[in-house]
Amino acid sequence: MSKVHVTTTVNGDQAEFLCEPRETLLDCLRDKLHLTGSKEGCGTGDCGACSVTVDDRLVCSCLMLGVEAEGKEIKTIEGMADGENLRPLQAKFIEHAALQCGVCTPGILVASEALLKKNPDPTEEELRYWLAGNLCRCTGYDKIIRAVMDAAAEMRETS
Amino acid sequence: MALDNKNNEFKVIGSTPNRPDGLDKVTGRARFGADISVPGMLHGAVVRSPHAHAKIVKIDASKALAMKGVKAVITRADFPEGLEGEDWNLQENAMAGEKALYDGHAVAAVAATSPLAARDAAKLIEVEYEVLLHVTDVDEAMKDGAPAIREGAADYSVPEGLHPNVVRFFDTGMGDLDKGFAEADLVVERSYTTEAAHQGYIEPHACLGQMGADGRGELWCCTQGHWFIRRMSTAVLGVETTNIRVTPSEIGGGFGGKTTITIEPLSLALSRKAGGAPVKMVMNRGEVLRATGPTSSASMDIKMGMTKDGKITAAHGTFRMQGGAFPGAPVDVTTMLAFANYTIENVHHIGYDVITNRPKQAAYRAPGAPMAAFAVESTVDEMCRTLGLDPIETRLKNASRDGTRSTFGPKFGPVGLVESLEAARDHANYKMPLGPNQGRGVASGYWMNWGGETSASVAMSEDGTVTVSVGTPDIGGSRASMALMAAEAFGIAYENVRVNISDTGALGVNEPTHGSRATYASGLATIKAAEECITKMCKRAADKWGIDADAVIWEDGSAKPSGPNAGEFDPLSIGEICAEMGETGGPISGHYEGSPTGFSGSFGTHVVDVEIDPETGHTTVLRYLVVQDAGKAIHPAYVEGQFQGGAAQGIGWALNEEYIYGEDGRLQNPVFLDYRIPVASDLPMIDTVIVEVPNPGHPYGVRGVGETGITPPLPALANAIADATGLRMRGLPMTPPKILAALKAQKNG
Ligand code: FES
Ligand code: FES
Repeated sequence: MSKVHVTTTVNGDQAEFLCEPRETLLDCLRDKLHLTGSKEGCGTGDCGACSVTVDDRLVCSCLMLGVEAEGKEIKTIEGMADGENLRPLQAKFIEHAALQCGVCTPGILVASEALLKKNPDPTEEELRYWLAGNLCRCTGYDKIIRAVMDAAAEMRETS
Repeated sequence: MALDNKNNEFKVIGSTPNRPDGLDKVTGRARFGADISVPGMLHGAVVRSPHAHAKIVKIDASKALAMKGVKAVITRADFPEGLEGEDWNLQENAMAGEKALYDGHAVAAVAATSPLAARDAAKLIEVEYEVLLHVTDVDEAMKDGAPAIREGAADYSVPEGLHPNVVRFFDTGMGDLDKGFAEADLVVERSYTTEAAHQGYIEPHACLGQMGADGRGELWCCTQGHWFIRRMSTAVLGVETTNIRVTPSEIGGGFGGKTTITIEPLSLALSRKAGGAPVKMVMNRGEVLRATGPTSSASMDIKMGMTKDGKITAAHGTFRMQGGAFPGAPVDVTTMLAFANYTIENVHHIGYDVITNRPKQAAYRAPGAPMAAFAVESTVDEMCRTLGLDPIETRLKNASRDGTRSTFGPKFGPVGLVESLEAARDHANYKMPLGPNQGRGVASGYWMNWGGETSASVAMSEDGTVTVSVGTPDIGGSRASMALMAAEAFGIAYENVRVNISDTGALGVNEPTHGSRATYASGLATIKAAEECITKMCKRAADKWGIDADAVIWEDGSAKPSGPNAGEFDPLSIGEICAEMGETGGPISGHYEGSPTGFSGSFGTHVVDVEIDPETGHTTVLRYLVVQDAGKAIHPAYVEGQFQGGAAQGIGWALNEEYIYGEDGRLQNPVFLDYRIPVASDLPMIDTVIVEVPNPGHPYGVRGVGETGITPPLPALANAIADATGLRMRGLPMTPPKILAALKAQKNG
């Protein structure tokens, strides 16, 4: 099958890859650009482990085709920290023990960051509904919710 | 073994430092099973049976093999014959032989140059089936006329006259049941069912296998126990165990489901056939749900007797469980632990392990315990309600405690059931006022914990820092726990300890991270290996000072002269001793090899408040409390995490999760949308209380906390729903349609 040449921006850098039209953005990120921080938990849009932003919009990269990334601005977990400085969310996840196995963590961080950008002061309920598309099987969500709320508070103070 | 530190005056144990692998896991750098790639790698895909039970007439791979980029196709013909027992079961499950035994059973696999090519090729492999009658329900599978899945699968324990699908039988008990029931003022007899639930780890199984024509090679995979994977994979392939070195990746959840093999031997077999090129295989979610083991489903009858003042006089339980197409449903554990919360003189358990056309069950957190807990704790709750007794006081009255005989035989040592019940009773959640349609449920649970084969090393570095090597993969922060225990043993800072999860080439055999054993057994091994290092460092100091090694003590990270020499020499710090070790006798390391037997079980009590929507039958969990005995919490935040995660899984099992099979024997819900695990908006905060009744069999009192927490939620929720509505739900999951139907039936009298 002939491949399509895609030019896009990933975490601020220009990126190019060749893909079949049926390949997902997630597969392209992982297999062609070797950005394996985004995970595939389901491939059907149900788990959020593959969460990335495309032009600042939160999407499941398993539900988007690689060819649709043409000319777009993609952000993944690998681009979240600023050099060696973690974002408050990342630091709070470690501090609050908000990860056990950690496989859901990249997606939950990307999704939480996207929420806090829109709504810097979410209620617990708003946060729980926002994250309802991000499955975590290990933690029961308690420490995740606490970590995000705490990070949000810190970000409000410093902004 | 004596408790080294009776007064629990710890320096670092009990603190909550950041986990060493935290940075990798919040930046996307941590490499999980599917994240590993090597040059020259091929990709594998599996052909799976669409039928629940079918004879495999013919497999034609010619079209696939003709496809560009396809390098190898394997079927059962590529595996050795003549395996027996569980090795044969594992082989048959990894790749079907004469028959496909369940929807999703692997029948062939292919390796190609890209994941897409492999998937396309798999579709071109033509399999001709002759469809057979199937059975997926445990009660149906035991009935006369049910299709026999495999004649001769039963072992010696099964009495004559039972259906050939009954493959193991358990019958244990003590006391005099008739006498016990005669002493009771109330005797209740009830039946219950639970459906199969999947572990639901978010990371699907993934591996990368490489094996040459000489049968030697390597395997990278996400697993709870790489020595288990090594033994099972090599047995299935008919090669020597040490031929394959297995390296564990980071693991995205396991909960018991990643203690066994699925695609691992397939990747090795494909690699060998493809001339030794490494083959990567990654399951999709549908494959995980259809073809890897969920837990058993169960059908149970409970009969219990109680006096007016709440003393349990007798108990009888019958447990029928299916574990898929192979023996192995955890009925042994179910029967053993069914009544373990209580001291009962007259008790009897009967268990049936039944095979059906479903995937081979795998361990799932406290395997076998939650089903029985649902039945028994629901029955006890019903009796308390009938007799007007408080559920916690009644449990306290009958509670297992230090010195009482367990319902499975041995006497308990120090255990924390009474403490957990008292803490639950005294917690604010137990006193919160309830509104209309709201109810409160209580239940307790138990897991006996485990030691198991354990091998660990501790090596001193030139700068006085320490490397700990263990063989139990870190699924929930265990590197942090190991580092804390090593830091405590050496008297050094947590940051000065580095913990490796070693591959099978670097240590002796280790059982998996299962049975709630990692913190207990690898922790004990770490402490013992550290003590060996300390002994050696004291000897180096003694030699330097020219005194007897016995006259040197280790305190706060330094060797110090003691007894008559006390104060005579300046202490030698760990850093000073290690800086010189090259000249004073060479490297210093310590080891532990053993199967520690001082493990001790963990009891817990949960209290849940729910609200039932009378319009929809939907259950909202308003608040949730977990109280559990940790023995000693090494890193309390990760102990709480285990409590909370176990509770959430139990809530899912109780309210939502189930394997749904159609008339055709196919799994109807092999996607996360339909196999619905709890999401953030389904749950409240999960409150925790850590009870600490030290385990005398661990230097620091550790018990192991991973499994108990999934057990109480099933009955606690049923009891809360009963409190809210007066409805006694005896079949899981308690979904909105079921509750709504029961509410309607209740209304119509
Ligand atoms: S992998 Fe994309 S939502 Fe699950
Ligand atoms: S931490 Fe394991 S799935 Fe969330």
